[in-house]
Amino acid sequence: MRDYLKVVVGPAPYIRKRRSTQVIMAEVFWALLPIWGLSIFKYGLVSLLMGLLCLIVSVGFEHWILVLKKQKPLGVLHDYSAAITGLLLALTLPPSLPFWIAGLGALISMSLGKHIFGGLGHNPFNPAIVGRVFLQVSFTVPMTHWSPPWLANRFFSIFESNLAWPFMRPVLDGVSGATPLGLFKFEDTPTPWVHFILDQTSGCLGEVSPLLILLLGLVLAFKRALDYRIPASVISITLILSSLFYLVGKGPDPLFVLASGGFMLGAWFMATDMVSSPVTPLGVWLYGGLIALLIVSIRLWGGMPDGVAFAILLGNAVVPLIHLGTQPRVFGTQKRGSLP
Amino acid sequence: MKSFPQGIHPPQMKDQTQSVAIKRFDFAPYYILLLNQQIGKPAIPVVKEGQEVLRGEKIADADGDFSSPIHSPVTGKVVKLGLSLDLNGAMVPSIITAPYPASSQIPQVLNPSNPLDCTQEELIQKIKNIGMVGLGGAAFPTHLKLKSSIKKGVKTLVINGCECEPYLTADHRIMLEKPEQIIQGVRILLKGLNAEKAIIAIEDNKADCLPVLRKFITATDKITVEILQTKYPQGAEKTLIKSLFDLEVPSGGLPADLGIMVANITTLFELGALLPLNQGIIERVVTITGDGVKKPGNYLLPIGTPLEFILEKLEVNHRHPQVIFGGPMMGKPVTCTQTATTKGVTGILILKGKTQQATSPPLACIGCGECVALCPLYLNPYEMVKLAQNSRLRELRDKYHLFDCFECGNCSWVCPSKIELTQSFKTAKSQIQNLKLHPLKTA
Repeated sequence: MRDYLKVVVGPAPYIRKRRSTQVIMAEVFWALLPIWGLSIFKYGLVSLLMGLLCLIVSVGFEHWILVLKKQKPLGVLHDYSAAITGLLLALTLPPSLPFWIAGLGALISMSLGKHIFGGLGHNPFNPAIVGRVFLQVSFTVPMTHWSPPWLANRFFSIFESNLAWPFMRPVLDGVSGATPLGLFKFEDTPTPWVHFILDQTSGCLGEVSPLLILLLGLVLAFKRALDYRIPASVISITLILSSLFYLVGKGPDPLFVLASGGFMLGAWFMATDMVSSPVTPLGVWLYGGLIALLIVSIRLWGGMPDGVAFAILLGNAVVPLIHLGTQPRVFGTQKRGSLP
Repeated sequence: MKSFPQGIHPPQMKDQTQSVAIKRFDFAPYYILLLNQQIGKPAIPVVKEGQEVLRGEKIADADGDFSSPIHSPVTGKVVKLGLSLDLNGAMVPSIITAPYPASSQIPQVLNPSNPLDCTQEELIQKIKNIGMVGLGGAAFPTHLKLKSSIKKGVKTLVINGCECEPYLTADHRIMLEKPEQIIQGVRILLKGLNAEKAIIAIEDNKADCLPVLRKFITATDKITVEILQTKYPQGAEKTLIKSLFDLEVPSGGLPADLGIMVANITTLFELGALLPLNQGIIERVVTITGDGVKKPGNYLLPIGTPLEFILEKLEVNHRHPQVIFGGPMMGKPVTCTQTATTKGVTGILILKGKTQQATSPPLACIGCGECVALCPLYLNPYEMVKLAQNSRLRELRDKYHLFDCFECGNCSWVCPSKIELTQSFKTAKSQIQNLKLHPLKTA
């Protein structure tokens, strides 16, 4: 019998772009590290511990799920998505938050935010925001207690409240610094935006210099690790809307809106979560515009000073609806795609 | 520079073969001519086993109009009429011929005549008689395409010299080496179509063909050469027309609906070379390349050359290669090496590596939206692949225009999660076609 050459067969195309999901996720994760670094510099040991805790809980939970699913992890950080969730969540928490609450938040992010839907690619909401919003609703007092940055002994000590026992009323530190957004909302005192750039303001761990976040976001957009159209629409629509309100004397300086609270982190790192954001060209702009509208509305008329997390959560919720209405016009057809 | 929106820029991989002149491949000990190698009905053999045939002699005739004749690629003997394997390993009717080793293999010139003196009807009949089919890969009988184009009043002829597929350089070499025959072919086809003008479209990575082609275009010719951006899939009919005229072929329609006919440059070359001699198509230039080949190049291969002979001659001897007929983006995988080349084989790609599936299995879709951003027909592969995986075929066909997809492979190329989007659309199409026997229940 003749010895035939055996061939292997696979589907076309036979060349593929190198860039993988893991690489994209890793890029986002590396881009978060400088923000975390600045946060550690600003808030000290507590930021380091909070970040590590959330990272360990979320990555650990992901590994446990992978074991249950009998899947082999791609590495310690697997596809990096759990690490992004953990770190992002930590960056949205106030410095004096009890560690057990932070850990619970990471657990909720990974379970109710992600794996209950089937893991990566199936979650309708950004998992980090699910965790953050869960904590905000469940633990309102510790989640709105802010500590001033640049404390003298920040690298060697943590807040007493960080070590509060689970389910005990946490003893909140006497030192308390109101956030610029709170000051504006409840005391009508604006903060000049230069203070944000120079990191003079208090807030969440990740509310560091908006300039740094902007820079890292641009790098990611350039590397196509995030869709530049989302932050572009969020920022531009916010600017337009808040300028309008500013001109009629009913709102803060537009630059204050952009620089304060979780705006930059939300616009560049949370609204852009690929899984929970739209894919259609028009849909992306609508989604960004909706988030901007919600942020401006919540800040002007809502009960909360910030509202970025809620705005993005609501934005995520309408993504399927946005997809229905924004199907691209198919080549060679007159109308937009014929969907019901 | 003219181009179309979206699309991709894959690595070109053309350096290995584009600067090497076309070489004649050695004659094989036998040739397998698959009778169903053109779109339409299989050809009907007109020879008997043991009969002697001349190179270029008709050995199978067209079965009615929706078919194409086949000619013997060698002077020799008909060894067998019967079933042979096609690239998928299916048994199809074929004629196997063996060349006489001593024969000089000079083509038998039957009756030279000037095609430009013929009437339109005579010309179409002649094109049918030489067995001309679309040599860009589709193998659609050229005389049928001409007839339907004439019926629709086509006034513009577009000659596709884009060769946007990576690795392939056969069209590039033909343009450099045989410009005279190409221009002659364009004149013949313009005459056959009674069209007003012809545009030869080439990508800017083949700009060196421009002066070569222009040298043979005379002042009386209504032929122009256009340079387009190097982008994939520039050479697909719909995107090519979009680039050249900024017109969109209607969904479900043909270029003829816009008064345009697109033909491949190799088809034009063979027309220009063969029709004045009334000689059947017996060989074509094929790019044989890939990291699994030691001697890549453009080879003049008789139609029906056994693949095993090619692999043996080119010393493909590592354990498990991937063999692909066509280019890396839209080519067809060869599952059976005991098959032979056909008129539609533009290239043979031999790759050493494992398949994509074996290197890294697909992950879940993360919704990056790159496939939506790159689809040249503005389809929504992101939604479509989910529907295809769930067999929601009616929705896929009616709401998402599945049958407009021409399987260029852009979505699979770009997908960071390595999901086989294009393959799932191919599967869904064949599922829908099979289900036509049993009407789909409403979704």
